Amino acid sequence: MSLIGAGLGVIAWGAIAGVTLGALAPSRARALVAGVLTSVVGAGGVLAGLAALGGQGWSLTVTDLLPLGAMTLAVDALSGAFLLLVGAVAVAVGVYSVGYTGPGGRHGAEPDATSGDTTALAGPSSEPGAAGHAEGAASRTAQSALPLFVAAMLLVPAAASVSTLLVLWELMALTSLVLVLAEHRLRASVRDAGLWYAGMTHAGLVAIMLGLVVFAAGAGGESFTALRAGSGDLSPGTRSLVFVLIFIGFGSKAGMVPLHVWLPRAHSEAPSHVSALMSAAMVSLGLYGLIRVGFDLLGGGPHWWGLLVLTVGGLSALYGVLQASVAVDLKRLLAYSTTENVGLMLIGVGAAGMFAADGNRILAGVLMAAAVLHAVNHAAFKTLLFLGAGSVLRATGLRDLDLLGGLARRMPVTTALFAVGALGAAALPPGNGFVSEWVLLQGLIHSVTATGSPSVVAALSIPLAVGVVALTAGLGMVTFVKAFGVGFLARPRSTVAAAASESPLTMRAGMFLAAAACAGLALAPATAGAPLTRLLRVLPSVRDGAPLADSGIALRLAGIAGSMSPLLIALGLLVAGASVAALARRVAQGRPRRVAQAWGSGGARLDPRMEYTATSFAEPLTRVFDDVLRPEHDIDVTPYVESRYLIESVRFRQRVPDRLEARLYPPLLAAATRWGQWSRRLANGSVHRYLAYGFVGLLSVLIVVGISG
Amino acid sequence: MSVLRKIIRTGRVAESAPQAPPASADAEGADRSGPEPVAPLSGSVQLRHVDAGSCNGCELEIASAFGPVYDAERYGLRLVASPRHADALLVTGPVTRNMADPLRKTYEATPAPRRVVAVGDCALNCGVFAGGHGVEGAVADVIPVDVEVPGCPPTPDVLIAALRGLTGR
Amino acid sequence: MTASGLTAGALAATAGQLALVVGGAPLLVGLMRQVRARLEGRAGAGVGQPWRDLRKLLGKEAIRPDGSSWVFTMAPLLLLASTLVITAVAPFLSTVSPVEGVADLFAVVSLLMLGTVALALAGLDTGTAFGGMGASRAVTVAALAEPTILLAVFALSARVGSSNLADIVESTLTTPAQVLSPASLLAAVAFAVVIIAEAGRLPVDNPATHLELTMIHEAMVLEYAGRDLAMIELASAMRLTVLLGLGANLFMPWGIATTVAPLPLLGAAVVFAVKLGVLGAGLAVFEVFVAKWRLFRVPELLAGSFLFGLLAVSASFFLA
Repeated sequence: MSLIGAGLGVIAWGAIAGVTLGALAPSRARALVAGVLTSVVGAGGVLAGLAALGGQGWSLTVTDLLPLGAMTLAVDALSGAFLLLVGAVAVAVGVYSVGYTGPGGRHGAEPDATSGDTTALAGPSSEPGAAGHAEGAASRTAQSALPLFVAAMLLVPAAASVSTLLVLWELMALTSLVLVLAEHRLRASVRDAGLWYAGMTHAGLVAIMLGLVVFAAGAGGESFTALRAGSGDLSPGTRSLVFVLIFIGFGSKAGMVPLHVWLPRAHSEAPSHVSALMSAAMVSLGLYGLIRVGFDLLGGGPHWWGLLVLTVGGLSALYGVLQASVAVDLKRLLAYSTTENVGLMLIGVGAAGMFAADGNRILAGVLMAAAVLHAVNHAAFKTLLFLGAGSVLRATGLRDLDLLGGLARRMPVTTALFAVGALGAAALPPGNGFVSEWVLLQGLIHSVTATGSPSVVAALSIPLAVGVVALTAGLGMVTFVKAFGVGFLARPRSTVAAAASESPLTMRAGMFLAAAACAGLALAPATAGAPLTRLLRVLPSVRDGAPLADSGIALRLAGIAGSMSPLLIALGLLVAGASVAALARRVAQGRPRRVAQAWGSGGARLDPRMEYTATSFAEPLTRVFDDVLRPEHDIDVTPYVESRYLIESVRFRQRVPDRLEARLYPPLLAAATRWGQWSRRLANGSVHRYLAYGFVGLLSVLIVVGISG
Repeated sequence: MSVLRKIIRTGRVAESAPQAPPASADAEGADRSGPEPVAPLSGSVQLRHVDAGSCNGCELEIASAFGPVYDAERYGLRLVASPRHADALLVTGPVTRNMADPLRKTYEATPAPRRVVAVGDCALNCGVFAGGHGVEGAVADVIPVDVEVPGCPPTPDVLIAALRGLTGR
Repeated sequence: MTASGLTAGALAATAGQLALVVGGAPLLVGLMRQVRARLEGRAGAGVGQPWRDLRKLLGKEAIRPDGSSWVFTMAPLLLLASTLVITAVAPFLSTVSPVEGVADLFAVVSLLMLGTVALALAGLDTGTAFGGMGASRAVTVAALAEPTILLAVFALSARVGSSNLADIVESTLTTPAQVLSPASLLAAVAFAVVIIAEAGRLPVDNPATHLELTMIHEAMVLEYAGRDLAMIELASAMRLTVLLGLGANLFMPWGIATTVAPLPLLGAAVVFAVKLGVLGAGLAVFEVFVAKWRLFRVPELLAGSFLFGLLAVSASFFLA
């Protein structure tokens, strides 16, 4: 039995055990059982993924398992990359969830909007987390859905026929919906998020289904082998139709603009370990679907496909990072940052598509590798960041950055680990996000020399894409300086934040696993060279590339001149920092640093209320991008009753709404409602009318049969 | 371009530096109670100015001491914004009740080794404000004073001579 | 020359430029202040004044505000370390380097950003309003400057086909006419604006201001004292030197050694010092003629330079 088969076996049996044991286990052991089994399922994915990336192949067909046909599974290097990604995320999340869904903590309760000093949260006896816990993420339904969700995600990249893919895709959507709704009894906002998520994910499913059905009908078979063989016979129009449909469908799962609206809601309202799974793992499966169908099954397409993906990717990156840079809710910020990173991946895929259409396979290979590498890096740091946000939420019950702060001294481990993730997400060296953005930029800048005389479209779009990536990197830096600096440093801005304490061991261990993955990816990205080469061989239009030459410590790009060594940069920073520190120590001659009150211009002691908040931190950016963001201000001035010239209090509130959502969706929703209202007239409860429907229906079927027969 | 013309036409306005005062024995008693310039401060002294209740006469003189004509910066003196960056406090005026506490806090916020320069008669003995109901006392009543610069207000020459005692330049 | 001799020579070149930048950066700042003082009709404190300031700061007590964390004490180290790494990898004296291929222009830009981020986090960690204000402004300016600098990098490296610093410099050395190409000139303008913004010079930030409300860089370091402040001051001077040095060697690299023989290296050191002196003096003269801009006009300046960068890139595509 091959390793891949063993891994997939672990996944399947782990999921079955997870569902049964999760449902049967007593509530005290439930967190442990579900967490361990989730990690086991994830480990199966890692095993299968590593084996597939190592060059093994595997396939399996089980007939009569699914209602509409056989279940076909096949694993190649492309599947392997995503099996590894999802599996690794699940391992960390599983370990983490043992502590997170265990007893204690303030998460799950209604976030307190006013301030931390109300007694509802700080009350010692009530402990709302514990009470709400059995119904929230620790409930029987949620705990048994967790391993199943992970297994569904892991099997999606292994699916090798249209029906298998669709069934697994739907299973993944449903289990994740159950998990998103886990805390629906505790917070009303969860229901709204669940509704949006359900709507968007099913709209996406419809698009994917339509696209693949058209594809399968044209290719004359529904297995991926048949699709691959038949894709050449499709007319260009049909191919393009299929591509656009699956792009919309997979893109909605990936959270690209303007289909991202479910992301900030679902990610912020789901339990944090589920947010991590969804944001780090599930979203990348959207990318997987796009690459699999667009580049493998359809085998690449004309120039404008790439341009379309590039444009949408650029818009997603910019819009996502802008919203993230002004977001105040920590988990919402992370969700928008997911849209940003998906945008960067799409830029890579789109540019790869453009160059593949031009026949420049080396460049296409580098860019595709950059996209996949960024997906992996994003998964690592986003898992870590969402888990970190979960730890903060558990300790304080807060997601609002304006009320956080001072956690560096109260939760030192969480703070240090969150810093690792933030470094990666901000795309700064020596973080892991920097590596993949570097590869992406290298692919883009070499488009001049590598293509000789580029087309006008490329000459216009590639510089703009570089500008977008650069602006994204800059604003991403602001975003994570804000998330880390305001959320964790300085003095606490609320009493709950001041009362925070470190998370349980399992949660720290889960975060540590994710941080170790970040560090590994950041320092030794060249080891991804050989697996990425194997992955690219799956894709016919970019098959030639061997993008990252595996040259030990330095990252060298094959075919184009570009090299950088993240390991040596990190080492250089370490050596320079250590020698400066040693020198400073010598100079200090043992004199300690005096701890003094912060300088408040000689006035009264500085109050935490005087600290900069996330809102004030982002204020300059909000002003600069006023035209795009259109923040809403509310100023309430309350004068004294005696005189309207004397002011008792002034209240200022600022909100940055999602403008795309506010502009695009209300008309759509209104139309859907109107349509629903209208169709209600069809079903008015009259039995006679229903009988008439049945009769007319039967008659029309007979007529159709009669005419065609 | 008018700026350029002005620069060329004006040339150097700084007067030539007077003889460096000997470290301790000094005209007008600028360094009466002050210590020798300590080694770490030599050549560079950053000053944080604290107006503890002055009539702003001394402020005008300080401003002109740092202006182009007297150019106190050539002796390694500089005014800074934060007491954390400062080596010496330049305190003017009698210490009013409201400023006594901020003055103490400023002194606390200054990293050691630190010096306090009391500028003007008011800072030394409350001047005409002595006994006023809002006056807490002279600077020396609130924080230890190292250098005293008398005058109402002290001329920039005197001020610079005293401060040069700190920098040793 | 043997391989080991080559390595030794290259190491000497790297050590030489490290020593030159560390030792020379405060002198450059002193020179700029002196030029400014003379233009204002003052006598000036002398070129060596920043070194005297640093020597004094090292002997003073260091202070940490109550409620701050390890980030506050680590930030100066990270700032200085990142600047040192950039100094080591940039081709200031010789295009031959023992650390070739370690960091390209993108990595250098990102390391500069890392320093900015370290300082911004320290500013936030103090918990004072001014610290947060300075941090917010500094990262906003940096975020808007980064696209410009990356586009300028793109324009420069696109024609060479490599973003490695030494390759760009060597390419300019072999074909000097490139400097006068539209792409290169536009990139130079964009780069100049970025230097001003990143180094915190007028009209973006006033390094001599005492008014907290107008500060950017100074507001973040208001809480530092003693050796921590010395590290930050040295690193700031070095960042200015490095930025000017990069500008000098990317756009007019003449004088840089292409071997690691002692004589060319010495000559390169002299030429480099002269180039930086002239650039620094020029910047100081420029600063006399401008006033600080309102904070919210700075994005306009950066948007303008972004446009220059974009034009540079498009020029490199169309006129390639």
